[in-house]
Amino acid sequence: MSRGVEVNLDNVWIRFGDFVAVREANVSIKGGEFFSFLGPSGCGKTTILRAVSGFLEPSEGTVKIGGRDMAGIGPNKRPTALIFQNLALFPLMKVWENITFSLEVQGFSKVDRRKRADELLEMIALPDQGDKLPSELSGGQKQRVAIARALCAEPDVLLLDEPLSALDLKLRQHMRTELREIQQRVGITFIYITHDQGEALTMSDNVAVMRAGVIDQIADGQTVYDDPATPFVASFVGENNVFRGTVKSIDGEFAIVDTNRSGELAARIATSAKSNLKVGDAAMMFVRPEACNIAPDDAPGKNRLTAMVKHEEFEGQIYNVFLEGSEGKEIKMSLVNIGQNRQSAEGKDLTLEYAPEHAVVLPAGELASE
Amino acid sequence: MRSEGYLLKIFLVVYLLVFFGYLLGPLIVMSITAFNSPSFPKMTPWECLTFEWFDVLANDTRILNGIKNSLIIGVGTVILSVILGLAGALMLTQIWPKMRATYYTIVIAPILIPGVVLGISTLVFWDRINVMLGFETDSFLNNGIFLTILGQSTFIASYCMLVFIARLQRFDTGLTEAALDLGATNVQAFRKILLPFMKPAIGSAAVLAFLASFENYNTTTFTFGKFPTLTIELAQKVRYGINPSISSLAFIIIVLTVIGALAHEIYIRRQQLALANGAPVKAVANGFKLPRIFQGNPAAIILVLLALGGFSTIWFAQVYSPQECILDVREQKRILQQQKIDEIRQQRLQQQQQKKLQGPDIFGSDKKAPSGSGSAPQSPGKGAFGDIFAPKNLEKTAPDSQQDSKPKNPGKGAFGDIFAPKNLDKTGPQENTTD
Ligand SMILES: Nc1ncnc2c1ncn2[C@@H]1O[C@H](COP(=O)(O)OP(=O)(O)OP(=O)(O)O)[C@@H](O)[C@H]1O
Ligand SMILES: [Mg+2]
Repeated sequence: MSRGVEVNLDNVWIRFGDFVAVREANVSIKGGEFFSFLGPSGCGKTTILRAVSGFLEPSEGTVKIGGRDMAGIGPNKRPTALIFQNLALFPLMKVWENITFSLEVQGFSKVDRRKRADELLEMIALPDQGDKLPSELSGGQKQRVAIARALCAEPDVLLLDEPLSALDLKLRQHMRTELREIQQRVGITFIYITHDQGEALTMSDNVAVMRAGVIDQIADGQTVYDDPATPFVASFVGENNVFRGTVKSIDGEFAIVDTNRSGELAARIATSAKSNLKVGDAAMMFVRPEACNIAPDDAPGKNRLTAMVKHEEFEGQIYNVFLEGSEGKEIKMSLVNIGQNRQSAEGKDLTLEYAPEHAVVLPAGELASE
Repeated sequence: MRSEGYLLKIFLVVYLLVFFGYLLGPLIVMSITAFNSPSFPKMTPWECLTFEWFDVLANDTRILNGIKNSLIIGVGTVILSVILGLAGALMLTQIWPKMRATYYTIVIAPILIPGVVLGISTLVFWDRINVMLGFETDSFLNNGIFLTILGQSTFIASYCMLVFIARLQRFDTGLTEAALDLGATNVQAFRKILLPFMKPAIGSAAVLAFLASFENYNTTTFTFGKFPTLTIELAQKVRYGINPSISSLAFIIIVLTVIGALAHEIYIRRQQLALANGAPVKAVANGFKLPRIFQGNPAAIILVLLALGGFSTIWFAQVYSPQECILDVREQKRILQQQKIDEIRQQRLQQQQQKKLQGPDIFGSDKKAPSGSGSAPQSPGKGAFGDIFAPKNLEKTAPDSQQDSKPKNPGKGAFGDIFAPKNLDKTGPQENTTD
């Protein structure tokens, strides 16, 4: 029943005066896909969305929706509906009037509109709340009203600009599943913007990771997490321990990095770096905390390192162990709590090991700021 | 310490009294004079309660015509200024950011330009246009109402614009975008989103514009042509002396203002109260629930009392006739005068007898006579200025010599009596002419 249409950005540049907000964006989103843009604040996510919805014309390049070039077509003529970062519910209209605004401007009768509003209110599980004003709703309810309002316009593409950012954690998690369900039910293309990687990874079919106007990687969530394309993606998505150094040798899929502080370490070469990583290049090696484990003995190895334990944290299902690392940064290791009583190793040296295929090597580059 | 606080409190009370006295005193005095019978507006002495000045007002065709013109011009100015002001304010949000300050200065300038200049320039400008277009001199371009509306709107529109700008700054442009995104045209987005949001500001701007238009004199005085407004009429009237019908007009305006302000206050309070109690907004926005209002709302009680007072006053005015009282006062005055005259006659008689006794001393010892007789019948209730301003004074003082006028005044100034005796010799003949 997929009736979503595809969205393509071809070589899109967006400039504000001299400032380049979006640089050479090439994105193709399939019909009916749940696609996310993930990136830190100010990286140009909203700007891209505004270019898709028609509030901004790209300075260069084309935006196509359903194969049609959208240049010169205003936001009210595009088959998109945008859920704004601040929701932008009309404060002076009742909930049901808000929801059916798109019908009102098309000249539908009040009876028809009311009927449609009741159906949608049913769908978002807010029956009998139609006569309230938006100010009388809770955050999550407003959220759902905004979704209903956008869906009422029957768009081919729904654009969502961090719609969950104002909600508390519990509600956010609940709304994630709800959004995903709605998307599967109506089958239209969703383009979702967030700076919360958890949101992007749980909901999306594909994620575009953005850094300061540049799209670093477009892939599904697991690929982005396990096989990042740039050091930025590796450090922005999830937690990662980074080791700087130079490539010592390359052996097929794997490389050995001579790290500045922790000796020689082996890791898999990231897919994006396979063709261009050479011996002697400055490189970065990333190991996720959950990929680390305590080594059974102290023997040195290419997948082992020894450092002093600075402190430990108990988090319920996991222990976090922090080892002394380079440049004032700690090396984090997460151990699954399997019910054994663990002896604290604080202040002692500890050897940890990891499977080289769970670590990646990338050419040195910019990291995400904490 | 304690006495210091006490002093402070007293000072505060005195200050407030003086402050409010200064603010409201003139209004109160003016209102009272509307109900006093003397034909010059005065509060003391209280002579008779009368509603005659309201009658006089109701029959004063010039005032009524002035009110009519003011209303027409007011409505016209409201419409024109609100539209111009809204357009100007919207323009400010659309204009290229670097131009904004310049644009703002230009559109605000009319507020700073003296009204007189605006009036003259309006007159000259439209006259030129009229000539250019080759119309008759009595074409609509020279019509007083047309010119006055345009002239007043030049600066009142700027006031309105300020009101609108203030409101627009709180507008979330995201709402307009949301409307566009949902398929609304620009016109629909304006009508359904921005305009409802601006509604309260449009209301305030309209009230402001109407009041500014109603009270305007400087600009109107150049442009009114054959359609004098109320302020113009009042100004012309004052030139020829006023009577308390002006006070009664002032009283009506004051009462209307107070009622309006109270009604507005009630409306606001009621909304706050209901919202605070968690009532849904739709219940607050319409439907007048009497009992609820009175809970902790003195303004409502005052308004009701005022309305009751108004009705009973009107009823009382229908029933009550001050004629009797006025006749009484007149009679009393007559009797008083009669007494004085009798006294004087008697004194004169005595003097003549004395003269006969004392021989040919003509201006001799009629010392007591003038100070008592010349002034007494005239002085009561002349107010601070006596009847310096009374129109008849003008006629009187002209023919009389300076010395002659003095004896009429003794007893009015602080030093009246002290200087009186010096003038005695001249008062003899004057008694006959004044009384
Ligand atoms: N109208 C504009 N004029 C000039 N610069 C702008 C304009 N709109 C956005 N920018 C700049 O473009 C960059 C990207 O802005 P954008 O709103 O797309 O960020 P974002 O990724 O949505 O961030 P957030 O997560 O905080 O919403 C920012 O540096 C911002 O300052
Ligand atoms: Mg944004």
